[in-house]
Amino acid sequence: MTFAASEGADNSNDGKSLRKKLLRAERRKKFEAIGLVTPLLIVMVVFYFVPIAMMLFRSIDNSQMAKILPQTSIAIQNWSGEGLPDEITYAAIVGDMKIAQADRDLAKVGRRLNFDLVGFHSLLSKSGRKIDEIKGPPYKENLIAFDKKWGNEQYWTVMERGLKNTTLLYLLAAIDLKYDENNKIVKVPEYEAIYVSIISRTVYISLSITILTLILGFPIAYFMANTTPRTRNLLMIILLLVFWTSLLVRTLSWILVLQNNGVVNNLLMFTGIITEPLDMVFNRFGVYVAMTHVLLPFMVLPLYSVMRSIPSDYVRAAQSLGAKSITAFIRVYLPQTLPGIGAGALMVFIQALGYYITPALVGGPRDQMVSYFVAFFVNERVNWSMASALGLTLLILTGSLYLIFGKRVNIANMKLG
Amino acid sequence: MSDKDFHVRFKNVQKSYDGKQLVVKDLNLDIEKGKFVTMLGPSGSGKTTCLMMLAGFESTTHGEIILNGRPINKIPPHKRGIGMVFQNYALFPHMSVGENLAFPLEVRKIAKPEIEDMVKKALDMVQMGDFIDRYPGQLSGGQKQRIALSRALVFNPELVLMDEPLGALDKQLREQMQYEIKHIHEQLGVSVVYVTHDQAEALTMSDQIAVFNDGVIQQLASPADLYERPENSFIAQFIGENNQLRGTIEKVNKNIANVKLENGENVSALMVDVKDKGEVTLLSIRPERIIINPKTTKNSQALEGKVLELIYLGDHIRCRMMVSGNDQFIVKIPNSSTHELLKVGEKISLGWDKKDCRALKP
Repeated sequence: MTFAASEGADNSNDGKSLRKKLLRAERRKKFEAIGLVTPLLIVMVVFYFVPIAMMLFRSIDNSQMAKILPQTSIAIQNWSGEGLPDEITYAAIVGDMKIAQADRDLAKVGRRLNFDLVGFHSLLSKSGRKIDEIKGPPYKENLIAFDKKWGNEQYWTVMERGLKNTTLLYLLAAIDLKYDENNKIVKVPEYEAIYVSIISRTVYISLSITILTLILGFPIAYFMANTTPRTRNLLMIILLLVFWTSLLVRTLSWILVLQNNGVVNNLLMFTGIITEPLDMVFNRFGVYVAMTHVLLPFMVLPLYSVMRSIPSDYVRAAQSLGAKSITAFIRVYLPQTLPGIGAGALMVFIQALGYYITPALVGGPRDQMVSYFVAFFVNERVNWSMASALGLTLLILTGSLYLIFGKRVNIANMKLG
Repeated sequence: MSDKDFHVRFKNVQKSYDGKQLVVKDLNLDIEKGKFVTMLGPSGSGKTTCLMMLAGFESTTHGEIILNGRPINKIPPHKRGIGMVFQNYALFPHMSVGENLAFPLEVRKIAKPEIEDMVKKALDMVQMGDFIDRYPGQLSGGQKQRIALSRALVFNPELVLMDEPLGALDKQLREQMQYEIKHIHEQLGVSVVYVTHDQAEALTMSDQIAVFNDGVIQQLASPADLYERPENSFIAQFIGENNQLRGTIEKVNKNIANVKLENGENVSALMVDVKDKGEVTLLSIRPERIIINPKTTKNSQALEGKVLELIYLGDHIRCRMMVSGNDQFIVKIPNSSTHELLKVGEKISLGWDKKDCRALKP
């Protein structure tokens, strides 16, 4: 009744002016809110989102090629893709190669095209060294005289693809796909395919770690949420101790503990349980142990915070209504911890996906995850594009899992601390 | 009477949490079938602990609790078949109202169609039939309270425990719910053990009230007895308002004592828990039982008082007076057409029936 009356009064008066007044009154608050968020927002955009976007762009960026071979990139646009290109294109590439050879840029082109078609690097460096010997036409014949490959249609297909401003080559390679001779996207032969299995291995290890931390973390969180403040603080310190030592130290100490003449093996041999030392490090087992240890707090803390907010009355109520302890736990307590499980699992899983140092140190060659290969391409191959393509694959994977997972657990309900 | 005549018996029950102090000291309480018994007391008096021991969530340190003639010390809570309403309602937030009510029936493995009927009946009892698909988060405090009540009753328990169930509601809603709970109790004939610290609530609802203080039941009585015939000075002070005058017993005549007050005046009073001449006593008189300018008769007596303050409260006038050195002596004067007109500073004579003045141990 009161609502209707006030609405009526609003209409009969000038409702617009009331809204204006409200907006004016709220404006100050809005400015204050924006003012508080702006510094962080700027920092995030400048130092986080922009570099990431630039890095990710490298996975498809190919503009450098057209800069090194400018005439060729224009001339080759007239090529139908059938047969060999015309004399103008051959003339253009000879001109471009002369300049590139003088500027020492030809090797870059070679590396890049070799990624698409093995043999291109040697072709270009071989031809580049002698390119000044070609003084005039016919360029086509002269080049083919250098190397028969210049008369091979496939090399020109790769060249044409390689001179475009963007390329899908790296992204395709990151999921074990490539272009065939007919410019079609196909699977790479089985002996070359590695990335899909690396990605699925990464997901598998991350999932295993998530489940392990949940199994270990749930009882700890429950105990912490339901014990005396004294015990709780002690447990919290033990748990957070993980954060106070460097990741490297923690990982290396696991090597000391788990190695063949390490503490665990010595103890087991001393007690006579085993006679030969067990292989516990530089294999999958070591990765699981070390990563579970490092990521455990990220599972326990959200779980603990959710569990603390569940009054003991719920379980009591369930029991008073006739439920056994186990039924009360499963039907009343567990569902209420789901936001915590969701948040914890998400944090552990996403962090595990990107883990690099720990598997690199305590894992064997078959336990390396995607980030290892990202580092490999950056540090050893100096192939930023491939590193970036792998990174993008990982990001897309994480994002889509987050969306699927988020729908199931209702992200809005999640508690992160 | 034997164990079987009572629904619940507490026998010499003690409870200690830390092994040093007793929260409940030697509790004896018998609850008859179908009765509404309230445990009333200030916070920390042990009343909630008693309820939790009965429900099975706390163990007894000593003594035993007998339910329907059987000791239940070793029976886990879920087998006791006692309905319980919690202070914060404890409705399961991830289940709808209907699922909440079905829960006790499902764990008892009752058939689906029967569950639906029982849930519907229980919701209709509290006029919440339309809310079956709502979630607890979408309900107001009063609605949650009704759902909690119907959930505690849906599986037809013979005994229902309520732990300050109306504590979180506003005054008006609380009073309304008091009547509703009382009516449901009468309608179903279940025994109810109700815990509260609100004495008005206890007086309104209960058949019997057990007043707790310091881990001991101070008095177990009907509301009228408790109010009109307090057995010790704690009850007299705790329940309702009481005027207290200090004095010494001069003469004892059957159950009437002649008490000399601190200012030398003499009054007669009913002896409750005092016995001997010379004992120091606390006289307690209800403010509404005091007569102004009494005609002195055999059963009443007169005392002088000075009016200090008058407060107009509509239905009555509250008068603070100085009587025998006590300046907090309250008299309630009903606002009738013939009531006495008093002025501040005026000296008047006061009296009461000597049965209304109870001599208690201080």
